[in-house]
Amino acid sequence: MSRLRLYQLAIIAGFILLLEGLCLAGVIDKVTMPPPHIIVRDFARMILAGRYFGEIGKSLANVLLAFAVAYVLGVAVGTILHSYRTAREILDPLFATYYAIPVFAFYPLFIVMFGLGDGPQLLIGILLAIVAVIVTVLNGLDRVPPVLKKTARVNGLNPLQTALRVTLPFCAPYLLTAAKLALAYAFIGVIGSEFILARSGMGYEISYAYTNFDNATMYPLILLILLLSITANSLLSHWERVLLTRRGQK
Amino acid sequence: MEKVGRAPLLNTAVLIAGLFLFWELAYRVVGEIALRSPWETMQFLGGLMQTDVFWFHLADTLKAFTVALAIAVVLGLFVGFALGLHRLSGDAMEPMLVALYSIPKITLYPIILLAFGIGISAKIAFGAIHGIIPVAMFTLSAIRTIRPILIKTGRVLKLNPTVMVREILFPAAVPEIFTGIRVGFSLTLIGTVLGEMFAAQRGLGYLLMNAISLYNVDLIMSVTFLLVLLAASVNTLLLAIDRRLHHG
Repeated sequence: MSRLRLYQLAIIAGFILLLEGLCLAGVIDKVTMPPPHIIVRDFARMILAGRYFGEIGKSLANVLLAFAVAYVLGVAVGTILHSYRTAREILDPLFATYYAIPVFAFYPLFIVMFGLGDGPQLLIGILLAIVAVIVTVLNGLDRVPPVLKKTARVNGLNPLQTALRVTLPFCAPYLLTAAKLALAYAFIGVIGSEFILARSGMGYEISYAYTNFDNATMYPLILLILLLSITANSLLSHWERVLLTRRGQK
Repeated sequence: MEKVGRAPLLNTAVLIAGLFLFWELAYRVVGEIALRSPWETMQFLGGLMQTDVFWFHLADTLKAFTVALAIAVVLGLFVGFALGLHRLSGDAMEPMLVALYSIPKITLYPIILLAFGIGISAKIAFGAIHGIIPVAMFTLSAIRTIRPILIKTGRVLKLNPTVMVREILFPAAVPEIFTGIRVGFSLTLIGTVLGEMFAAQRGLGYLLMNAISLYNVDLIMSVTFLLVLLAASVNTLLLAIDRRLHHG
C-alpha cells in the first residue's frame, strides 16, 4: 500500500464522511439525498433481493452489444482506412470535430426512424464509441515501424495476414486503449439514452424513480452504475499500464 | 506553403459534400415518414428562425451554456493549477478525474435536479460538471510538462507565487490550457443540451424532446441540424486557433 493509495483512500473516505455529516446535520435534506449509509443499506437490500436484476442485465447486455459492434467495426474501418491516405485525410476533419457534436441530439431522430426500442439506444452507443476506436487504431498503426511492414511483404503476407499477424499485434496497447474508450462510450450512450426516453433498462428505472421521488431505488441504482463504470475503467487502465510497462513504453 | 494550407480546406469541402449526399440518400431510402431532405430541413429552419418561440429557447440554452462554461473554465483552471503545483495531490487526483470523466454523468442529473430544482440553475450545474474535468485535466498536465528550466529561472529570480503563475506558468501552459477549454466548450454544450433533454421547460433540448411527443419530424431534424452545425463550426474555429497556438 503506497502513500499515494492511502492518500486516495483518505480523499474518498473524507468525501463520503463529509456527505454523511452534511446529510445528518440537515444541510442536505432527506428529500434531496439520503445519508450515504442509508444508500449503502438500500444498495445491499437491492442486490440481496435480486431486484432490478432483469433491468440491469438488459442494460448491460445492450452496453456489451454496442461495445462489441463498435469495437469490431472500428478496428476494421481503422485498419482499412490506414491504407487509404486520401480517404483518411477527407475524414480527418470529421474525426477532429466528432466529439464536439452532441450525438444524443440524434436520439429523437432515431426514435422516429426505428421506434422506441433497443435499436436507437444501441445506435447511440455505437455511434459514440466507434470513432474513438477508429482514431485510436489509426494512431497505433501510424507507429508501426516500417521494418515490420517490410518483413511482412518479404514473407509474402497479404494485407489481411499483415494486419492480423503483424501490425495489429504490434498495436496491442492501442487496441486496449480503444477498448477502454469504446466501453466507456457504449456505457454512456446506452444508459444515457435509456435515461432520456425508454421503456426499460437501468437508466429508465433511475428516471422513473426520480419522477416518483423514490430515493430508496434511485440512489442505489446510481451507485451501481457508478461502481460498474469505474470498476471497468480501472481494470482496463490497469491492464493498459501492465502492457505498456512490459513493452518498456512507460 | 500554399498547398499545405489549401488541402485541408478542400478535404473539409469534400467531407461536407459527402455528408450532405449521405443525408439526401438516406432521405430517399427512408422517405417522408421519418426524415426530411437537407433542403426541406434548411427551409424549415429558416421559417423557425422567424418565430419568437425559437429565439426564446435558443436564448435560454445559450444563457445556461455561457454561465456553465464560465464556471467550468474558472473552476477547472483553479483545480488544474492547484493539483499541478502539488505533486502528491496531482498524482492522487489524476486517476480519479479520469474515472469521473468516463462515468455516464447523466445518471447524476436527478441528484442535481433534486438539489437545484427544474430550472436554469440545474442546467448550468450539469453543463459545468461536464466541462470542469477536461479543463482541469489539461491544465494539470500542462503545468506538469512545463520545462523545469522555466520554473527554476522563476525561483532564481525569487518570484512570489502569484507572479510565478502569472508570468511563467500560465503563459507556458496556454496552448494546453486552450485545448482543455476547447474540449470543455464542447462537453459543456453537450451537458447543457442533455440536461434539457431529460428535464426542462425551455431550451433547444426541451424543444427537441417536445418534438418527439408531437411527432414533428421537421422540428426534430432542424433543431438537430442546428445543434450539429453550431457545435461543429465553433469547434472547427477553436481547433484552428488551438493548432496555431501549438505550432505557432
